[in-house]
Amino acid sequence: MLLKVNGLETHYGAAQALFGVNLTVSEGEMVALLGRNGMGKTTTISSVCQMVTPTKGTIEFCGHNLNRMPCHKAARLGLGLVPEGRRCFPNLSVLENLSAAARKGAWTLGRIYDLFPRLQERKSQSANTLSGGEQQMLAISRALMTNPKLLVLDEATEGLAPLVRGEIWQAIARLKQEGLSILIVDKTLKELLPLADQAVILEKGESVWTGRPDTLTEEMKDRYLGL
Amino acid sequence: MQRTDTAPKPVSMPKLSRETIVNIVVMAILLAVPLWASSIGEDYYVNLASLITIFAIAGVGLNFAIGQGGMVSFGHAAFFGIGGYTTGIAAFHNFEETLFMSMPFAVSGTNQMLIIWIVAMAVCGIAALAIGAISLRTEGVYFIMITLAFAQMIYYFAISWPAYGGEDGLSIYLRNELPVVDAESALTFFLVCFILLLGVIFATARLSGSRFGAALGTAHMNGTRLATSGIDPFPIKLTGFVISAMITGLAGALFAELNGFTGPSMLSWQRSGEIMVFVILGGVGRLCGPAIGAAVFVLLETYIGEWTEHWQLLLGLALLGVVLFARGGVMGMIAGSARHD
Repeated sequence: MLLKVNGLETHYGAAQALFGVNLTVSEGEMVALLGRNGMGKTTTISSVCQMVTPTKGTIEFCGHNLNRMPCHKAARLGLGLVPEGRRCFPNLSVLENLSAAARKGAWTLGRIYDLFPRLQERKSQSANTLSGGEQQMLAISRALMTNPKLLVLDEATEGLAPLVRGEIWQAIARLKQEGLSILIVDKTLKELLPLADQAVILEKGESVWTGRPDTLTEEMKDRYLGL
Repeated sequence: MQRTDTAPKPVSMPKLSRETIVNIVVMAILLAVPLWASSIGEDYYVNLASLITIFAIAGVGLNFAIGQGGMVSFGHAAFFGIGGYTTGIAAFHNFEETLFMSMPFAVSGTNQMLIIWIVAMAVCGIAALAIGAISLRTEGVYFIMITLAFAQMIYYFAISWPAYGGEDGLSIYLRNELPVVDAESALTFFLVCFILLLGVIFATARLSGSRFGAALGTAHMNGTRLATSGIDPFPIKLTGFVISAMITGLAGALFAELNGFTGPSMLSWQRSGEIMVFVILGGVGRLCGPAIGAAVFVLLETYIGEWTEHWQLLLGLALLGVVLFARGGVMGMIAGSARHD
């Protein structure tokens, strides 16, 4: 088991956002975190990556207990986060964005440029001059350059044009095929569900259903995902 | 069969950016003026160029903290002054032939500049490590205030330390020595300062372009985001702060040599402000920005100061103009916006 989250509860000040989230990600598995807006998907991811400190529950990653571990140490264990809203470092060039976070491993600049050839063309360009899609490619690549054991994608295709979205999904599919474990939050279920091995549905800060995406009934989609 | 290319490859010169050209011109002027002044026997101008060069080094130090690391330190006079006092104290003990300390081991003074520079930078590094370890836990206006507070503490400590002149400061009766060259000669001393300026500009440029530089740049943009990449922002910022302080400390050591004097004024908050003015006037984050800023400052002080004692009014207006209309400073006006063009 790569990641095991058990009974996770998180507060923002006095307000409780998570009321007990359970999820597991196995080696080479892609797990989709589903749920309507405000149900705690991003908070779950932030808690796993230790960007917010959970108040209760356990997070085990690669046999390590992540509870109260500083964010950078959790990342060094192999958690590669692609945060919501394509967060690159705007004033750095593409190459600087990639090299700042790089750690030794299978992912090198060459492999990144093979996955996203556009980044090679733009390598000396400042990140804030990239298009939205290119910034997302850069954000994913930055996480890959840390050579993560688990790639965590938060709304990776949000706000992108359909064509670019297609490119990002192709890349995600390729990463999965190459055996990378992925925890993903995304609203475009049409592309997400066929790729995912497992789905976890969050409802009001609690995981209410876990299973294979193809076993999701229409009634559940309607009730939990508003489809 | 092995394929050989017989046709000569076209040699293409790397295209120089506008900023690089401006940098070369600025450095060439800074070198040419004292060479010319020395040739006609006007050491006054040579010393003026040395002053600009030394201030530029101090500015390069602060510029690394502000431009690369986003750490707006209002206490860099502390390091400038510590550098100055290291020179003064070393020279004082050497002149008086007394020991700086006898326990646990004997440390005497020295008149060797190379040793003094290394000690000055080391002392500044240690001081910056302590100041930074506390100050860098804050951000924004609190960081400005806490660095100012530390500098003021050191200022008042210097004033109340009678062994080294207290409020009156310390005179350095004989300029310290360098191997091979004659540091007493105004031109030689300028050239030494100039080479050191080139050295620190080169070093900060290399650092900024390195992985460390990229991480430092990102640490102030968004520390959490950097942490999610597995890098703890705090030690990165602290290292940047220490490097910045050591460069400014070197400038302080040279400043004391140039004036033959070190005193609490080197540690004053006005001095911190002046170093910041060099950076802002020249252009924050620009390699040769501090050199331009220091030149404008010293020339205004020298030439407008001859006409009126209110020369700072003009400096204020210039600064206001830069802040309101030219955020990139003088360098920004001449060479356009920074980076990745």
